[in-house]
Amino acid sequence: MSNRHEGQEARPARRSDGLLLIPVKAVMQVIDVPLRAWQRLAGLTGMASFFLLPNMAVFAIFVLVPFVINFVYSVTGGTEIFLDQRFYVGAAQYRDIFDCRSYLDPSTCVEDGFWVSTRNTALFVVVQVALMILVALVTALVLNREIAGRSFWRAVFFFPVLLSPVVVGLIWRWILQRQGLLNLVLYELFGFEPYSWLTDRNAAFAAAVGVTIWARVGFFALILLAGLQAIPKELYEAAEMDGTRRTRVFFRITLPLLMPNLLVVLVLGLIRSVQVFDEAYVLTGGGPGTSTMYLTQYIYEKGFASDLRDPGLAAAASILMGAVLVVLTLVQMAASRRNEKKGER
Amino acid sequence: MRKVILAAAAMGLLSSTAWAGDVRIMWYSDGVEGQVFHDLIDRFMKDNPDIRVTIDDVAYGTIKDQLPVQLAAGNGPDIARVTALKALSQYWLDMTPYLKDADFWVRNYGDQADWMRPDGSQAITGFMTQITLTGGFANQTLFEQAGVPLPDAKATWSDWAAAARKVADNQKVPYAIALDRSGHRLTGPALSYGGNYIGADGKPAPVDAGTKAFITDFVAWNNDGTASKDVYVSAAGTTYRAAAEDFINGQLVYYYSGSWQVPNFAAKIGNAFDWVATGNPCGPAACTGMPGGAGLVAIKATKNPEEVAKVMDYLASTPVAKEFAERTLFLPANKEVIAGGLDFKTDDPQVKAALDAFVAATTTTSPEALKLPGWKWSDTLYGALVTRVSQAVAGEISLEDAFARIDSDVAAKVAEAQ
Repeated sequence: MSNRHEGQEARPARRSDGLLLIPVKAVMQVIDVPLRAWQRLAGLTGMASFFLLPNMAVFAIFVLVPFVINFVYSVTGGTEIFLDQRFYVGAAQYRDIFDCRSYLDPSTCVEDGFWVSTRNTALFVVVQVALMILVALVTALVLNREIAGRSFWRAVFFFPVLLSPVVVGLIWRWILQRQGLLNLVLYELFGFEPYSWLTDRNAAFAAAVGVTIWARVGFFALILLAGLQAIPKELYEAAEMDGTRRTRVFFRITLPLLMPNLLVVLVLGLIRSVQVFDEAYVLTGGGPGTSTMYLTQYIYEKGFASDLRDPGLAAAASILMGAVLVVLTLVQMAASRRNEKKGER
Repeated sequence: MRKVILAAAAMGLLSSTAWAGDVRIMWYSDGVEGQVFHDLIDRFMKDNPDIRVTIDDVAYGTIKDQLPVQLAAGNGPDIARVTALKALSQYWLDMTPYLKDADFWVRNYGDQADWMRPDGSQAITGFMTQITLTGGFANQTLFEQAGVPLPDAKATWSDWAAAARKVADNQKVPYAIALDRSGHRLTGPALSYGGNYIGADGKPAPVDAGTKAFITDFVAWNNDGTASKDVYVSAAGTTYRAAAEDFINGQLVYYYSGSWQVPNFAAKIGNAFDWVATGNPCGPAACTGMPGGAGLVAIKATKNPEEVAKVMDYLASTPVAKEFAERTLFLPANKEVIAGGLDFKTDDPQVKAALDAFVAATTTTSPEALKLPGWKWSDTLYGALVTRVSQAVAGEISLEDAFARIDSDVAAKVAEAQ
């Protein structure tokens, strides 16, 4: 019955262990009788459902019900919050969103804000995810080497992940604003005149991409690092004995064997990137103009913040965004299954 | 065991008693008024130990963005300090049955009562903690150092823009002029240029020639570097951004904001440089600013209307309103306070001169401007204005598109509300 490895000594039971077990045993005794009765009644499948019930209840309360409510909002109109004060409009909100002469030119759309933020989000996702995977991969490769203070460097790269996104946004805002640290350093070192980084379209976009990479790369580097450490050392030793070039080793051994982890990083990175809000909102406020206004900010503004708020439209936009996220999640699930099957073979 | 039950019962009774007398106030500060308000409330609680007042100090953005959603959901504080008085007036409590002397309120605060109640209503919902007027501030030291004379009281917006540009170039200051990122701030100048927002049917009129003329000038000043582009392009949507910090740091020659900045400047600028309030620059039609201010209103969803009215009676009373105005350097709304005269608690001659300048500027406020604080669509128009003008400043859309979008945004909102 024991899973202990051979030769491993059993830890002698301490008095405190016994004391700790008393309440557990008491609870077990109380629930044992009804559980046995339920098992006789429902069978093995029924028991599985029973144990899944708490999780399913949490999912239903916090995901399914809000999703349904959100959908109901998306087919209602008016400015009121309470559903009973709103009126049914059918697909009008969706029609407004898709009412465009050309989807490539947001200014021809009735809801130009939705399409501007969709275009911004698409560009952000492509650039941010590509760069983040690259930076995470390089970081993981460096941290996988025998370098001095390796544990310290791993902690350094992971630290930003622990920060609140709002704190991240504020820190970088203080650095990048006109009277911020970056301009001060550039002026002191090179005599550069202060520049408004956050009100220049390109610089603000680069800042949003850079800051989100800085904040998240530690998490993704950790996933890749785990993958790198799972690659058998013998493969590298054999390649070394054959005199294989390092680039070839990377492309023929490291990269193929890291592919499952890269896929996870790609899909998780995509999902988080589509959901970008906190850091970018605090950093740029969606500006300059609307050049860093992403879909989540559009939904937030429409639903809550703007003097022109429209909860129904915000709900419709969030349903559409949810659909994109569902597709990405399905891709991740399919990729995970494919990896599992490969592993079984 | 009996002791434990008795103690628990006593605790329960205590907590329920405390809950019954709880009054929660959502408050924001532009300057030092939060400290004064806390002092006044502490004094109230000493005299009324059965009422526990909690002040939630929040940013103005929270009042603007989050309070409306809380109110719509039937939540929120018992009292709030707000500027969107008319747009949210369906959520305010009519305190008339609970007030000690409703006539006192009508006599002293009646002039602004319509700003904070639905059209046609006679409800008493709150009072103005301060009356404000938008207007300009100039960094006098920079003008003197540049040898450029300050434009006079009849100077136009173009005169101010040109003079400030000269000063900025001469003194190597990054910004010549700046307006807060707010539709309300764009409105005074737009009305001076001859704009009118209210249509013949009382609903929003399409953007007219006067408003278009000012917006065209304003966007041009942003494009040629006269106006600080940073303020308007620094956010999307209706997010509020002030340029006060640039003025306080001596980085801005001319700042168009409002009388509520006077105590802020007095506290933060000190002796760093000389500044003056300049009243409102003129346009072809008027030299008007926008009247307004912040009001303290009772919330309909409160569970303790009697306690709320008691707190409001205290805060609106003449001695308390007088002390609040004198210590915060705000212009009061209470007529008895105005009639009795004020002794503003400051030795700073700049502050006294600035307050005098704003009082003088009230005489040039146009009739159109006086109508807007009590008009239900003001905030809708302000929101559309700031959103689309910012996009035009950022170069994302043309001016013609911006005007068309303002009209369609407002029309959509009017249609949604019907």
